[in-house]
Amino acid sequence: MILAQLRRSAVAVVLFTLVFGFLYALSGTGVAQLLFAHQADGSLSAYGSTLIGQNWATVRCPGHPLGSCVFHGRPDDTGPYAANPKTHTPGGDNPLVADGVKGESGATNLGPRSKTLLKDTRALVAYWHALGVDPTPDLVTTSGSGLDPDITPEDAIVQIPMVAKATGISPARLRGLIAKETSGPQLGFLGSSTIDVLALNEALAKLR
Amino acid sequence: MGFFWTILVLIVLLGITWRYLGAYMAAVFEGRVQFLAWVERPFYRLLGTGEEHEQTWKRYAGSLVVFSAVSLAIGYLLLRIQGSLFLNPQHLGAVPPALSFNTVVSFVTNTNWQNYGGETTMSYFSQIGVLTVQQFVSASVGIAVAITLVRGFSRRNSPTIGNFWVDITRCLLYILLPIAFLAGILIVGQGAVQTLAGPVTIHDPLNGVTQTIPRGPAGFMGAIMQLGTNGGGFFNADLAHPFENPTALTNFLYIWLTLSIPFALTYTFGKMVKSVRHGMALAGVMVIIFGCWVTITAYSEHQGNPAVVAAGVTQTNTGNTEGKEVRFGDTTSALFNTSMTQTSDGAVDSATDSYNPMGGFGALTGMMLGEVTPGGVGSGLYTLLIYAIIAVFIGGLMIGRTPEYLGKKIQAREVKLAGLGALVMPLIVLVFTAIAVSVHSGRAGPLNAGPHGFSEILYALTSQGNNNGSAMAGLSGNSAFYNVVGGIDMLLGRFAIMIPALGLAGALAAKNVVPASLGTFRTDNSMFVGMTIGVVLIIGGLTFFPAVSLGPIVEQLSHGRFF
Repeated sequence: MILAQLRRSAVAVVLFTLVFGFLYALSGTGVAQLLFAHQADGSLSAYGSTLIGQNWATVRCPGHPLGSCVFHGRPDDTGPYAANPKTHTPGGDNPLVADGVKGESGATNLGPRSKTLLKDTRALVAYWHALGVDPTPDLVTTSGSGLDPDITPEDAIVQIPMVAKATGISPARLRGLIAKETSGPQLGFLGSSTIDVLALNEALAKLR
Repeated sequence: MGFFWTILVLIVLLGITWRYLGAYMAAVFEGRVQFLAWVERPFYRLLGTGEEHEQTWKRYAGSLVVFSAVSLAIGYLLLRIQGSLFLNPQHLGAVPPALSFNTVVSFVTNTNWQNYGGETTMSYFSQIGVLTVQQFVSASVGIAVAITLVRGFSRRNSPTIGNFWVDITRCLLYILLPIAFLAGILIVGQGAVQTLAGPVTIHDPLNGVTQTIPRGPAGFMGAIMQLGTNGGGFFNADLAHPFENPTALTNFLYIWLTLSIPFALTYTFGKMVKSVRHGMALAGVMVIIFGCWVTITAYSEHQGNPAVVAAGVTQTNTGNTEGKEVRFGDTTSALFNTSMTQTSDGAVDSATDSYNPMGGFGALTGMMLGEVTPGGVGSGLYTLLIYAIIAVFIGGLMIGRTPEYLGKKIQAREVKLAGLGALVMPLIVLVFTAIAVSVHSGRAGPLNAGPHGFSEILYALTSQGNNNGSAMAGLSGNSAFYNVVGGIDMLLGRFAIMIPALGLAGALAAKNVVPASLGTFRTDNSMFVGMTIGVVLIIGGLTFFPAVSLGPIVEQLSHGRFF
């Protein structure tokens, strides 16, 4: 009796693995590649993926502080260390490896009454103040994935003085650029207005 | 305003799936849906079984246990040898023994607790051939058990409760597979990755940064992991990862997928016992508790994070942004998190660890209520029926009559089994938490200090004991201690409730129906809804209040203190 059950169970596991594992995932991959090849491959361009945030804090801007001539995303993954020129740890949004730093996607997981979170946030506020920016909450907190590709229009607007000073582009043109790159909530009600930081900086590079 | 519309549209969509998916599922399990019979028949031939082979509850439980044990053994073996298998573009080596044990138990028990980072541990073979398979199969096993309990009420004088193999096959073929496949296409269309090509390295000339971006067949896994209330994502960041949850729309779709089957099963129940009002009463219990918890969590997360506020940044408009993605925002992340902890899903689109104290309280206590509002696929309904039987029993004591539910007399045996089913979870969660805080290897786990560190431990063992899988991810769970204790926690949390539920199904199916009289305690009105809510809250509240007060409640009250 038990032997019959064991045999039946083993057959079932093999059968289900073939059908609900491989057939499902592989035919799904086939359909996905057929209909949405660009998305299924990771929404890639020559600059990276529009869905994966990047580190903008170490961009060289001749005559101006590091990173001041581009818009920044959220200070993800390695947190304020991203912006710490003293330790030379680049960090930023690094899915597996960015500039040689290994890591997984994930959040800081610091609790709401964590001394470390308080210290890190203070360091980020100081970092932004040194660049002449009065930061919004998104710019001093990390995301859930550590890869957040987006910021809100407000997060971009507070960076205008910094970018205008370093690039010489007028604040009015930058405001226009931000407005152009803003996507409203999906279907009019889902989520908030967002700006893809990579797309914004690509557009900025074209302006210069 | 956006959040208001999000809730409203969600209610409408859930109403539609409640009515129509519910009716469809009843038809599937009554054998009235036949369009895939040409696939079904060869399945049964291979398995040497069929609809005509009805099983007693003991046979049914035997098949379930042996099948789960074989799934565990084969899954464990595959994880241990993944280094030598194909579909492994990153050339990842074998998963270590303790981690393999924890992971395979986690997926077979529908928990999807993850002590590993997907993109750095699991080959595509393991993600597809072990994890995705169990996301289908463990969901179908849960639903099958719920259906047997429903049959317990709908059958009369019956020695049998159905056939395990037929029930799971029908659930897989007619319910899970088609819905997951359609949802998968939509999710990839929004931007989720679905490829077998390995990671890609890109040098961005704009900033001089070189990124290595992991990819994989993530989109379709996302679809079944949410539909089956599994919640274990492809990547370490789970559904916060933009490659598996790329837009606000996919985030919304994931919430709907997760809640659809657990809510709709109450309609299936009503339909099969020929009283939709009884199904509505259970749905009412679910909706009321769920609504309260969404309110608590969303309100809490709309407040500023204490540490961020103390650093001089006001968060009046944005809410707590730490650990949350911009594209989801504070309140929708809270809705997502509540949906995943009130079901047995446990996926996260934001870091629960960084939630405000009362937001963390909402997630933690959502699981502690036994995940019945609406609960996991199947497990939500059978656990809520267990609570309903206790409510009927208490009601019977009050009016001094032998209690009945749907005409079935609730006697000593039924109450004992229901009591067992209701008490196993609090018992294992509290005992394992006590052990974890008493030993060094348990206390080595938490990342955060102070009450939050205790919350992380309590959260982990609550999550695994409830087969949820949500985590305060600061806890370093990948140690021998947490892998093994967590594994046992998950096994008991699954099977020590399922088997009493099957026993209950057998006992009820064997009974005849007593006709309702004027003195019968009504089980389809608001009074009964209130009593069942009371039972759920009292069992969860009284047993867990002391533990919860040492974690989130102390944290909430520690104004101005940091740890």
